[in-house]
Amino acid sequence: MWEQIRSNQIRSVVLTIGMGALLILIGYFLGLYFFDSAFAGLVIAILIWAILSLVGYFQGDSILLSMHGAKKIKPDDHPRLYNVVEEMKIASGLEKMPDIYIIDDPALNAFATGRDPNRASVAITSGLLQKLNRDELQGVIGHEIAHIKNRDVLLMAMCAVLLGTIVLLAYYGSRFLFFGGRTSSRRSSSSGGGGGAMIIILVVALVFMILAPIFAQLIYFAISRRREYLADASSALYTRYPEGLASALEKIANSTEQLRTANKATAPMYIANPFRQKGLRASDLTSTHPPISERIRILRSMAGASYKDYDQAYRHIHGGKGVMPASSLVAETVPVRTMRLESEPSEIQRARETSDVMWRLSNYKTIPCDCGAKLRVPSTFRQPQIRCPHCGRTHQV
Amino acid sequence: MIPGIIIGVVVVVLAIIIWANYNGLVGLRNQVKNAWAQIDVQLKRRYDLVPNLVETVKGYMKHERETLEAVTKARNIAVQASSAGAGERSKVEGELSSALSRLLAVVERYPDLKANQNFLALQEELTSTENKISFARQFYNDSVLRYNNKTHMFPSNIIASMFGFKPGEFFEITVAAEREAPKVSFTQ
Repeated sequence: MWEQIRSNQIRSVVLTIGMGALLILIGYFLGLYFFDSAFAGLVIAILIWAILSLVGYFQGDSILLSMHGAKKIKPDDHPRLYNVVEEMKIASGLEKMPDIYIIDDPALNAFATGRDPNRASVAITSGLLQKLNRDELQGVIGHEIAHIKNRDVLLMAMCAVLLGTIVLLAYYGSRFLFFGGRTSSRRSSSSGGGGGAMIIILVVALVFMILAPIFAQLIYFAISRRREYLADASSALYTRYPEGLASALEKIANSTEQLRTANKATAPMYIANPFRQKGLRASDLTSTHPPISERIRILRSMAGASYKDYDQAYRHIHGGKGVMPASSLVAETVPVRTMRLESEPSEIQRARETSDVMWRLSNYKTIPCDCGAKLRVPSTFRQPQIRCPHCGRTHQV
Repeated sequence: MIPGIIIGVVVVVLAIIIWANYNGLVGLRNQVKNAWAQIDVQLKRRYDLVPNLVETVKGYMKHERETLEAVTKARNIAVQASSAGAGERSKVEGELSSALSRLLAVVERYPDLKANQNFLALQEELTSTENKISFARQFYNDSVLRYNNKTHMFPSNIIASMFGFKPGEFFEITVAAEREAPKVSFTQ
């Protein structure tokens, strides 16, 4: 049942090699121009890529998390969230519990990061946390855990680094080409007056510099979109309840908030594209995510909870070839679970719960007053007592 | 000379096939073992939660002595059977599940209890533990299915019988009520 990971990996490796080839070509052209030696260009391109990759590999997750101001939670900070993550960890057969982070942002989004299943984190915005009921939360967390389990997180991080390097080199390369980076004396001495050939190479190089980042991005997005479908299918399989994720995606789709700290390179890592482009059909090549409405429709038309059911639903809605690797489509019936949880905190309770956690994580002390008010005391508050501004009772800090 | 090479190649190929299948079987058997350990952890967690739960609700539920005793009794039986195999255990765990769901259905009649913070925390723990049990069971049964398929299919079935790989036992909860009720329900 888990073999789809391997066949998916092969496809991704092929695409990643495509991106690597782009990087090498850029290095080749740059070297040819500025140093009269393709080899020097290759060395520089690969060196930059290697350094960025090392940083990405060892520090990528902490950079991403700190960029969002994500705060790590302990089990008793938010027991429900912690429990749901643990439930999905068990359902997926992941060996180690991922770290859990909350991002203080009203936007509805979540992502997973980390270099391998043993060092992984899931992060969720406070907005999403209070909007979702338990089943929906389970669906979203299942999707993120699937990214970890299918080893998408490292692949996407490494692809982002590769893309970043290509964009960087192409940007500076094309600037130098335009504004004359090379010394003409050096060039003429080596090429010995082959002016016509030089111009052709110059034009080819320039066109390539412009096209390479676009191609790289298309490849990157192609990898990303497939992985979103697979993570959706895995989430449905883990939870045995596609409706949970479907309804969560619906809430995400209806939100108008945009995540404050997202950028193009990290966009594929979120559960839904953090850039909202209203009216644009996201199924075109330039999107990191399949359109949410389509993902919802696929999930809702699943007959069971297996990969096969997902594949059938996908083909029904999308037409053409399926999205799941053939090896995962063994004939097995996985029924959708029917029992529903009814002991739900209401949305107001969830909002209060989440804001309590956010205050606590920012080192504020909460003192409940008898009049019903909650006093939030910052850690810098030094007085021994505090008066409730609402009813006038004094409290010990 | 040539027959010698052919025989050599055949032997090497056979050795590789046996080696790969043997390792595959060991890997799957270990996965089944780990998956079972996960179920075990969650079932033990439930044994620990039950006395807490009974203690918390006892003060509120003066008239539900029988329901409470049934839960305690089912828990004790389950603890005693906790070293048994999957087949036997599924029955006693099923009893415990249904006793618990009866207790939690009764909670509906006690609004004071539902306002108790302690109880709410326990309720979340219990809900989640029930979920974890069913997810662990789901993963375990999937692992057993894969392992058993491997022990039955050619050519790994030959290697399985050569090295004594026995098929695994599924863990199904045998009480019908449990199928409906691992979700604790307290709507209001």
